[in-house]
Amino acid sequence: MLEPLVQNLVFGVLVGALYGLAAVGLSLVFGVTKILNVAHGELLMFGGYASFWAVTLLGIDPFLSIIPAVIFLAVIGFILYKLVFSRLVKLDESVKIQNTLLVGFGLSLILQNIALRLWSADTRGITTFYSGWAVTTFGIRFPIVRVASLVIALVTLLALELFLRRTYTGKALRATVENWEAATLMGIDTQRVYMLAFVMGASLAAIAGTLVSVGYSIDPAMGLNWTLTSLIVMVLGGLGSIIGTFVGGIVLGVTQSATGFFLSQSYREVVGLVLFLLVLVLRPQGLFGAKER
Amino acid sequence: MSTRRIVLNLLLIGILASLPAVIKKDSIINLALLVLLYVSLASSWNILGGFAGQTNLGHAAFFGLGALLTRFLWLGGWPLIPSLLAGGCVAVLFSLLIGIPAFRLRGVYFAIGTLALAQVLYIVVGNTLSDISSLPSEYLATYQLAPRYYLVLGLAILTTGTAYVLRKSRRGLGIMAVREQEDAAESLGVSALKHKLLALSISAFLAGLTGGAFAFYHVGYYPQLPFAPEFTFDAVMMTYIGGVGTVVGPVIGAVFFVVVREILALKVADMHLIVFGVLFILIVLFLPGGLVDAWSKVRRALARRAGPGKFDASPHQKGD
Repeated sequence: MLEPLVQNLVFGVLVGALYGLAAVGLSLVFGVTKILNVAHGELLMFGGYASFWAVTLLGIDPFLSIIPAVIFLAVIGFILYKLVFSRLVKLDESVKIQNTLLVGFGLSLILQNIALRLWSADTRGITTFYSGWAVTTFGIRFPIVRVASLVIALVTLLALELFLRRTYTGKALRATVENWEAATLMGIDTQRVYMLAFVMGASLAAIAGTLVSVGYSIDPAMGLNWTLTSLIVMVLGGLGSIIGTFVGGIVLGVTQSATGFFLSQSYREVVGLVLFLLVLVLRPQGLFGAKER
Repeated sequence: MSTRRIVLNLLLIGILASLPAVIKKDSIINLALLVLLYVSLASSWNILGGFAGQTNLGHAAFFGLGALLTRFLWLGGWPLIPSLLAGGCVAVLFSLLIGIPAFRLRGVYFAIGTLALAQVLYIVVGNTLSDISSLPSEYLATYQLAPRYYLVLGLAILTTGTAYVLRKSRRGLGIMAVREQEDAAESLGVSALKHKLLALSISAFLAGLTGGAFAFYHVGYYPQLPFAPEFTFDAVMMTYIGGVGTVVGPVIGAVFFVVVREILALKVADMHLIVFGVLFILIVLFLPGGLVDAWSKVRRALARRAGPGKFDASPHQKGD
């Protein structure tokens, strides 16, 4: 009884790290631009396919494929921002929220169907010669691909944290989150900051997507689920804290695993959604700090 | 409504009602039925999403619940109409259950909250009722398309008519006042929560009925299907493409949506959703009034070019 349970929770932690990474990208964009990009899950899916392409066509190592995937998604993010989202950031708060939601859904539809045409509806995953390797201690298996993914997620988030705390650009980003008017008065080009935040969000989605395609599997319809997962984690972890979001991801991963273990695998996602609804109802504005009225 | 409009509408209804008698091809009747079903779906979404301005991304839950209960009762031996009404009522009941907590959420949280809720139902129904629901042979033997068509036609008239009446009514004005400025409306004695709940329950009731018609129409489907998020997104897209917050917008949007989808599906499979996605984004960004607004703009421009006619005389027309 105990061993399978612990094994389950370990898997929960491992997948939770990816939830956290996915959510940080969404939360960064939302925090800086006040755009809730509901196509975030589709960007993640594109990241997964980009690395799938890089691995199958170029024959490089899946973990190395993070680099082309990030470049690919950064370009997509840049184009999407310039074409679509840059028109929305200037709008009034209430109109902006509604229009970004609608545009995001339109976008997720487009991306999902492009993926269907490009890569078909099949579920795909990246397998390498070391995919099956695992370290076993006390009867608990640690698949090395997933453990490496957790490490990469952690390193990425630490690097992001350092970037936001130590560099001028990072501080400009945080200043824009605090008060964009004051930031503009201090000579920060907020339009560029918005663009940068969006591109970074897409790049983070690319890393998460790569790790998902290596350790798990991807398909064109996965986007909505990942968007919802990221939203849940964002609400759980609280806006503005990278570490908090990461912990939120792990909490969700472990909760899902426990549900899968005690209840049924098919209710894994329901638990996250119910948790999310409870938080929303009990704290109407979500757990996202005090900025909203 | 001017007399001319009334005549035109009656004429349209007359033409639609005579379709099954005139056209013998089932495929065309099926297509017309689909258009009318989508008219109902989009119009019902519009009452909450357009008139009350509450972007509800969980509309499929109402549609699905209506379908679920109607199918269950109807196959259980109930007559059709009571089954349909029960389906509508269960959607209302559910909507009120969630409405009171959900309306504490504003803007983006309401939208995501309703989406999450609909997903919960979608997954739970998929898990608990995983077998396909097919009509038993005695129902199949008597299956006829025409009654289905008339039911859906009636429903489309009902939803559109409800939207029309509501828009002109005192309650409807209150609902739209809440959309424009919730605090201002409250200060004038318009209870925001009450009006939002009213819009929600009307919207849910009509969506539930539409779901019931879906259940009556389809020979076999998985009970999970009508709960799928696609029904919500289709309704949202059709409404926005036609013109959100107007009575005719969802109607035009639904016709446009189904017709363009059929045309595109013949030429390039799966492309239609990409085209609609792009169109939808363009409309949200550049043409917030949808096709209805575009049409009236074109008409006004034509009238202006034709010389100083009656259109230019009214100051009301000049601003836009």
